[in-house]
Amino acid sequence: MLGLGGLLLLFLVLPFVALVLDGGPEAIWRGLGCSLTWPALRLSLGTTLISVVLVVVGGTPLAWWLARSRWRSARWLEILLQLPVVIPPAVGGIALLLAFGRRGLFGGTLERLGWTPAFSVVAVVMAQVFVSAPFYLQAAVQAFGRLDPNLLAVARSLGASPPRLFVRVALPLARPWLIGGAAMSWARALGEFGATLMFAGNMTGKTQTLPLAIYTALELDIHTAQALSLLLVVFAFALLLFLRRFNRGFEAARGAATP
Amino acid sequence: MTGNSAPRLSVAVQAGLGSFTLQASLEVGAEPLALVGPNGSGKTSLLLTILGLHKPERGRIVLSDEILFDAALAIDRPTEERHLAYLPQDFGLFPHLTAIDNVAFALACRSARVSTKQRRSEAMAWLERFGIGNLGERNPSRLSGGERQRVALARALASSPKALLLDEPTASLDVEARVEVRAFLAESIRSLGLPTILVTHDAMDVEALASRVAVLEKGHVVACGLLSDVRRAPPTSFASRLFSSSTVPKTSGIASPSLQ
Repeated sequence: MLGLGGLLLLFLVLPFVALVLDGGPEAIWRGLGCSLTWPALRLSLGTTLISVVLVVVGGTPLAWWLARSRWRSARWLEILLQLPVVIPPAVGGIALLLAFGRRGLFGGTLERLGWTPAFSVVAVVMAQVFVSAPFYLQAAVQAFGRLDPNLLAVARSLGASPPRLFVRVALPLARPWLIGGAAMSWARALGEFGATLMFAGNMTGKTQTLPLAIYTALELDIHTAQALSLLLVVFAFALLLFLRRFNRGFEAARGAATP
Repeated sequence: MTGNSAPRLSVAVQAGLGSFTLQASLEVGAEPLALVGPNGSGKTSLLLTILGLHKPERGRIVLSDEILFDAALAIDRPTEERHLAYLPQDFGLFPHLTAIDNVAFALACRSARVSTKQRRSEAMAWLERFGIGNLGERNPSRLSGGERQRVALARALASSPKALLLDEPTASLDVEARVEVRAFLAESIRSLGLPTILVTHDAMDVEALASRVAVLEKGHVVACGLLSDVRRAPPTSFASRLFSSSTVPKTSGIASPSLQ
């Protein structure tokens, strides 16, 4: 039993060991100096930041509505909105292309309005929002659903209008879970590959995010791909540390508070 | 009803509650009414219906001369416009706000154009009136049960309610706090003179806080009258057990007797 667990542990850890050690620091350093690195890093950070903001700004009210709706269709909508989590990202890319591509369902309309999003930086953001929004939505719907109904009832009995209820009671109480959801959503956007490749393409400096740069670098030099991969691992690791710290700080604050 | 000066809450509603139908008529004036009954008899549902959080199929809820709900006239005022103070069992203080900001929240809901500073000083005055001015900057989690109850009541009254709805006001307190809170509540309710409905499992609460009793069973009000009358001739086995044990404080709703 323990042996099987140990095998799995080894299997999960060894690739990271190789990622860090293979070729030595010099090869990795040289890899980081590759001309693909900085444009991809800049694009990844910029687009994921925009994506997260869009996801949070649109996702928070949507999640609040979904969590409070007694409408039966809202449950179906929740399932539909979870789809991008389980479908392969490439399918998402195709779907985006069929919807908003030049020959897509709505592409013609968009083009007449003078806007062709496919294969542009806008498409990068669209692909990221498409695949990452469900992570935030799920966390936010759960957070709002878990709020003590008594608190909401009291707030309303005190005279709180629906907007005040949302801003002054629901948002602050749900905040820790919303931040956690936003962080997971950001991580998903940063790692986004398939949908971006299909819908935005792989143009250096224009639509080539870090994961796409890794794919391109693999054909040039494995150590460049390794260096870029390490960069993403560092971001992911920092994110996990932040979430742990954040959760612990939050729990400590609540825990110390209970008499 | 005419525009009487004495505040009055009259409720006559019918609402589906899953396994049975809530069908209740109550009249509450200045004399506080205790709503008693076994678990699942629909007490809390009735409170939530009066609050406007459950929508009844039929009936009418009138507070003084204001119609809160009327199925026939298609009137259904939202909870925030009903001016009912609701105190749930655990008092419902906002955990992310200090005591003073909890009270200020209520003030902000009713008068948006007052400055934050002014609101806080008004909230402070409310806390001082309830003898807890020194606890204003504390978070609810750092208050005792009795203190929380006071903050909750101060907050409820700051919203200038026209009636009080209390759900098991002493159930979540330990025995000592219960005695203190009961005395404090009894005095507050009496001095306010607002129509008050109090859901409880505790005979001591009934004796100390209410002068009338309504007994609810499977959604129906099976008896409603003066405390002394209901005590003398309890209409259900639940009521007779409740009042036979009235000298012994009950622990909580968990210990409520089951019905044959």
